Amino acid sequence: MIPLAFDYARPDTLDDAIALLAEKGEDASVLAGGHSLIPVMKVRLGAPEFLIDIGRLPELSYIRLDEAAGEVAIGAGTKHRDVVNSELLAAEVPLLPAVARTVGDPQIRARGTLGGTLAHADPAADLPAAVLALDGTVVLQGPRGKRSVPIGEFYTGVFTSVREPDELIVEIRIPRCGDRGWAYEKFTRRSNDWGIVGVAVSGDRIGLVNMGSTALRATATEQALAEGRPIAEAAALAAEGTEPPSDTHGTPEYRTHLVQVLTRRALETAHGQR
Amino acid sequence: MKVEITVNGEATSADVEPRQLLAHYVRDTVGLKATNIGCDTTSCGACTVLLDGEAVKSCTVLSVQADQQSVTTMEGLDGAADGRPEHPVTAAFHAEHGLQCGFCTPGMVMSAVSLINHDDELDERKVREGLEGNLCRCTGYHNIVRAVLVAAGKDPDAAQQAEAESDALRTAPGFSRGEGA
Repeated sequence: MIPLAFDYARPDTLDDAIALLAEKGEDASVLAGGHSLIPVMKVRLGAPEFLIDIGRLPELSYIRLDEAAGEVAIGAGTKHRDVVNSELLAAEVPLLPAVARTVGDPQIRARGTLGGTLAHADPAADLPAAVLALDGTVVLQGPRGKRSVPIGEFYTGVFTSVREPDELIVEIRIPRCGDRGWAYEKFTRRSNDWGIVGVAVSGDRIGLVNMGSTALRATATEQALAEGRPIAEAAALAAEGTEPPSDTHGTPEYRTHLVQVLTRRALETAHGQR
Repeated sequence: MKVEITVNGEATSADVEPRQLLAHYVRDTVGLKATNIGCDTTSCGACTVLLDGEAVKSCTVLSVQADQQSVTTMEGLDGAADGRPEHPVTAAFHAEHGLQCGFCTPGMVMSAVSLINHDDELDERKVREGLEGNLCRCTGYHNIVRAVLVAAGKDPDAAQQAEAESDALRTAPGFSRGEGA
C-alpha cells in the first residue's frame, strides 16, 4: 500500500519548520515518527499534499527537569523508547514511562513520539489519558508565538484538538509527582493491540482510554474519592459521563463494565492496596 | 527526490518519490529481497530492518526519512547474503530450528539483533517481550525464543527453567500491572 503522492521537506531548524507550516497551512501535515500518519496515508484516509518532517530536529528531543516550575519538560519529538528509558521520568513522573512502555511494540516505540501521539488525538491511544491523569500541559508554537494549553482543554473530538493548522506541539510539561501513587491498567486481546479500555491513575486523578471521543477523566470517581468513599464504590462510578464506542472488540456495555473493573484495580495498585 | 542511504555498509543513492516506503527502497531500488512485506500495516514485523542501529518496520518509514542514515538488512549479517548462517543470530536460528516457512525470519532476526545489542542480560521473558513486534504463524515462537537466548550467550534450558519457576505475573506487556507506589 502506497500513499498518494505528496511533496516533502525536512527543515533543519524548528523556526524553518514553523515558517514552512505557516506557508503551507492546511495543505501540509507534520511528520514526526510517522507511525500514526503514514498508516493513515497508506490506506488513503489522509492525503496531505505536503509533509513537513520534524522527526530529526534535535531541538525537539529532550527530557529536562524545570525545578523552578516544579515540572518536567519533554520535547515533543522525544521518542517513546526514550521516554521508557528515562531515569528522570521514572523518578519524577513514573506513570509516563510505564504507559509509554505499553505503546505498540519495540519497533513502534523506536519511531513514535510523545508529541505525535498527543497531536494525532486518537481516543484509543494510551498517552493522552496518561498525560490527562498527570495534569500535563501541551505547549504549541506557531507564527503568532507560543501558547500553553492544559491537556484537559486540548482535545475537541476524535482526531481533533485546539491545535491550529499552523501550530506545532513543541513541548509537553508535567508537574512532578512526588511520592503520589500511580498505576496503568489496559485490557487488550493481543499484546500490541490498541486498548479496548485503559485506565491511568496518578494520585486521585484518573484518565480513561477509549471511553469516548477523547481521552476522558473519570470525574465521578475522582469526586467520590475526594469525599472519602472506598475505592470499590468510587470505581463503580468510572463510566459516568462517558460515551464508550462500539466496535468488533466490545460493546458500550462491555466497556462500561470493563472500565469499572480496571479503575478499581488501578486505584488499588496506586493506593498500595494490592 | 534524491536520497543517499548506506545499506549494509555500502553507499546507495537514488531519485525516489517522497511516498516510497523504505521497504520498497531496500527490495526494489537496491534489490535486496530478504526483507519481506507481510501485513504492510506496522503489525507483523516481517519488514524489520535496522535504521541507524534501531529495529524499525520499514513498511512504515519513508525512504526520504532515512536519507543520510544507515540501514542494515539481513543480507548485511555475516554470511547471510550467501545463505551461510555465520552470524551468531542466524547461526542460532539454524541450530535451534527457529523457523519453519521462513517468511518472518529476516524481520525476526533483525529484531533479535537489536534486542541483543540493547540488553546483555536477556532472559526468556525479555526475549518474548522484545519480539512482541514480530509475528510468526508457524512455530509458536518456542524455538525462536531459544535461538535468541543462544545467540545472546545464554543457556536456553536454564533460562526457560528459570522462567517456569519464576513467580512473574503471566501477563504480556500490554497488560501492565502498574507496579508503581
